[in-house]
Amino acid sequence: MGLRDRLLGWPVYRQLTGTDPLGRGAAACSNRSAELTARTEGADRVARSVCPYCAVGCGQRVFVTDDQVTQIEGDPDSPISRGRLCPKGAASRSLVTSPLRQTTVRYRRPYGTEWEDLDLDTALDMIADRVLAARAETWEDVDAEGRPLNRTLGIASLGGATLDNEENYLIKKLFTAMGALQIENQARI
Amino acid sequence: MANADVIVIQGSNMAEAHPVGFQWVMEAKRRGAKVFHVDPRFTRTSAVADAYLPIRAGTDIALLGAVVNHILSNELDFREYVLAYTNAATIVSDDFVDAEDADGLFSGFDPATASYVQDSWQYAGHERDSGSGHTARERETAAGLRHESHGAPVSRQVQRDDTLQHPRCVYQILKRHFARYTPEMVERVCGIPREKFLELARAWTENSGRERTGCLIYSVGWTQHTVGVQYIRTGAIIQLLLGNVGRPGGGVMALRGHASIQGSTDIPTLFNLLPGYLPMPHHAQHPDFDAWVDSIRHPGQKGFWGGARAYAASLLKAYWGDAATPENDFGYGHLPRLTGDHGTYQQVLNMIDGKVKGYFLLGQNPAVGSAHGRAQRLGMANLDWLVVRDLFMIESATFWQRGPEVATGEIVPEQCATEVFFLPAASHVEKEGTFTQTQRLLQWREKAVDPPGDARSELWFFYHLGRRIREKLAGSTLPRDRALLDLTWDYPTHGRLAEPDAEAVLREINGYDTVSGRPLSTFTQARDDGTTAIGCWIYTGVYADGVNQAARRRPGHEQDWVAAEWGWAWPANRRMLYNRASADPQGRPWSERKRYVWWDADAGRWTGRDVPDFEVTKPPSYRPPEGATGPAALAGDDPFIMQSDGKGWLYAPSGVLDGPLPTHYEPAESPVRNPLYGQQANPTRKRYDHPVNSTNPSPPQQHDEVFPYVFTVSRLTEHHTAGGMSRTVAPLAELQPEMFVEVSPELATLAGLTHLGWAHLITARAAIEARVLVTDRLAPLTVDGRVIQQLWLPYHFGFEGLVTGDSANDLFGITLDPNVLIQESKIGTCDVRPGRRPTGAALRELVQDYRTRAGIVPGVLPPAVTPGVPVEPPGSTGDGEGNP
Repeated sequence: MGLRDRLLGWPVYRQLTGTDPLGRGAAACSNRSAELTARTEGADRVARSVCPYCAVGCGQRVFVTDDQVTQIEGDPDSPISRGRLCPKGAASRSLVTSPLRQTTVRYRRPYGTEWEDLDLDTALDMIADRVLAARAETWEDVDAEGRPLNRTLGIASLGGATLDNEENYLIKKLFTAMGALQIENQARI
Repeated sequence: MANADVIVIQGSNMAEAHPVGFQWVMEAKRRGAKVFHVDPRFTRTSAVADAYLPIRAGTDIALLGAVVNHILSNELDFREYVLAYTNAATIVSDDFVDAEDADGLFSGFDPATASYVQDSWQYAGHERDSGSGHTARERETAAGLRHESHGAPVSRQVQRDDTLQHPRCVYQILKRHFARYTPEMVERVCGIPREKFLELARAWTENSGRERTGCLIYSVGWTQHTVGVQYIRTGAIIQLLLGNVGRPGGGVMALRGHASIQGSTDIPTLFNLLPGYLPMPHHAQHPDFDAWVDSIRHPGQKGFWGGARAYAASLLKAYWGDAATPENDFGYGHLPRLTGDHGTYQQVLNMIDGKVKGYFLLGQNPAVGSAHGRAQRLGMANLDWLVVRDLFMIESATFWQRGPEVATGEIVPEQCATEVFFLPAASHVEKEGTFTQTQRLLQWREKAVDPPGDARSELWFFYHLGRRIREKLAGSTLPRDRALLDLTWDYPTHGRLAEPDAEAVLREINGYDTVSGRPLSTFTQARDDGTTAIGCWIYTGVYADGVNQAARRRPGHEQDWVAAEWGWAWPANRRMLYNRASADPQGRPWSERKRYVWWDADAGRWTGRDVPDFEVTKPPSYRPPEGATGPAALAGDDPFIMQSDGKGWLYAPSGVLDGPLPTHYEPAESPVRNPLYGQQANPTRKRYDHPVNSTNPSPPQQHDEVFPYVFTVSRLTEHHTAGGMSRTVAPLAELQPEMFVEVSPELATLAGLTHLGWAHLITARAAIEARVLVTDRLAPLTVDGRVIQQLWLPYHFGFEGLVTGDSANDLFGITLDPNVLIQESKIGTCDVRPGRRPTGAALRELVQDYRTRAGIVPGVLPPAVTPGVPVEPPGSTGDGEGNP
């Protein structure tokens, strides 16, 4: 690289002579930074989503590369949020990719002092057995006057409000058919 | 909101808790709107408001009631709107006795159940056949929630006085009721200087009317109180009097706090409701299908609930398919029956008493997020099994190992029998489905990636759990298993994980014709003969024409400001409810400036910017024929079509359990004697006299000085609820790393607290510690000549996650609003001391010491009715003998 190239490549020279006198754009670029592209540009696909935090319902664009979420940004098309996200919404990539996320089933046996591993299929089977046992043990057919009750008060549930409508629908449908009444949600709280 | 000329924000710190939504408040301000913020604490919302009014927590009705009084005594109501669209002119029964005339109790109070018999509150001539009669049962089943979509019944035509002069017309009753709610009283009760109050009242009234509209915004700062429903009622009364309902820039805007909390109420996972606000049957009230349906539709009644039989039959048809027939009442017999209160707090007390075997937690963390955290954890420690489904290892999964009660010795892991299954959940980008946001708008989320490892959606978990349970029961002949075996449970699955198809579920929610299989496009197509199946009737239309309407994303900049092609709003993609009221009784816009929906006489239909919330070809001049019922009974100028008289209710003859009109009661825990009535707190509040529960004494009880300060809690921008989705996220944890308490400089001096030092707060339930932030944001208030100190805490902290701290919700006891069974967790009394709290057994000893000094006996609560307040036996009427 000759002296002339080095001079022309010097950011101060470019700032003083070029179109970027404040040095906040082209003048500040190095060769390396000039070649960088946003990870959103090369994404394999973009999913249109909705922020999971408060109930404003800001639009999100979820950028995916190699089946990994690489970025989540506000959706400028949304007439609700117009592309904006708050600190929580803007941190939602960190939420979904957090190293603290649990990705395996954990099991604590009665009187246990530590967690143990458990296979998902086994866990689902054990839970199904426990539901049926609790139901059988606490089933109420009728009240004292013989009126139908069709229920169990031995099972309870409390859901959060990042459950979506389709999930809530199946939860309520299954529990109702099971006779489990004590189904509650953050919406009560 | 951007169209408002005045915005009043109360019970919400919108700039910090709903920051992106707040851009519309700023947009309105930029266009010239005046913005008011009323809050115990000066926040970023206050900082950008035109005026900030500091208020003593728990006194909002006194302030709003004074606004009502200001409107009525100066005749500033929007008279034409009020006369035509509200029940102002309706005559109320002679039997009604106002709380103003009976020291804080309305007529019909039953001391045995601490609830009202509402006969005397009814419209004149309706005493025996409208309303609910005795309301104790309604309280136990939170029946008020049903009215999220429709009003309470009115049996038939009402008597009116259109001059509004009749002493028993609603207008005059309202005027008398709030006459003592004066600027001076606001100063005494709320600690708000009268000039500040008058600035608010003037701006609100001057910016409402034909040409201008005002918007009222609240959040859980209003709901989490023992009189929360009545806070909102008072706001609604003001907005109706000023003509601010059903019009652009108007409304009472509830800012819901979580992605789909509106959806969780519409398609409820709530004990007392079925989808679309249909009540869960009660064993005594609803013995059969007809009784159940008639209790919803009230035969002969006006309005759209006349179709309840079709909605109910269609839901059961969606549940039980071919096994649901008109002959077997569509399987109504399968439904479980309520016998009383089965809500989340009753459940927890039952867990402590060993009555509950198994508990599912689905993305919810009651060990931190529910009131009385210690009761929550002790309850979970006494289960047979617990299933926790979450993204992270939350406090409700590890209470047995790392909870505060392990430190105090109250939970010993080796003696705790609870079997715990932790199942990792899928995040919002790892599954598809709809969230319903705060304005009833459904938005579909596309799936970005598969969930990692064993993580699964709730859709997956419940579908496959149901499938497995049904397999295990196959061949069972037990009657109780029929409901499970007959259930329609055949959703298609796809992909490596066999994920159920969320669109198939949405299609069932929308509803379809059971003969052709075609999706329905509107709930008026619902039938009661088994030819339609609808999972949630208010959502019918979201899958109209077989198209997922919630997935529509036509960019906002390509649409007008209503943006009707972004997502889908219930009902019928209507963006503003009751928008018929945006036109005058003759169907013309009230003004050019506030034009929204109007009658096009040439075309013979309602038209405008939104889907009209009215039968589209019913002219303004329509008057119902004698004997009409259902929608046909609504006149062409009855805009409140889900109300049984077509009117907005200034006065609620039924449907609200703690009074037909809002009344200022002190919170269940308050250092102040109610300045307005002998009755101290809401007499109908839901109380639990369980040994684990307790209430700090309030005047006129003795020993209230043991807990001299008021504390309130709310959100930080950087954290979310119980912290499970934020204390686990590195950037958010770094931004707000520690539990703290905000105190005024005066309180810091008084209690010996140092900025950035430690303090601990004590109530009858718990003692927690926090770092001290001394700030002018919390100003001491002078109330009735006495200085009241208020403390503020964030409620997000717990003992798991990247950043940890004591939980503010541990400080609260369990006392609930009678209408909806929401806990009072926005206010309590406490003591505060410098330094860290004790640890181990000494922690419980400290709390016990306070309990002893305050005279608290386990299981004994302050009385519902304040001693000395005269109580008439229910059913009797008269002049309220013994009035002060």
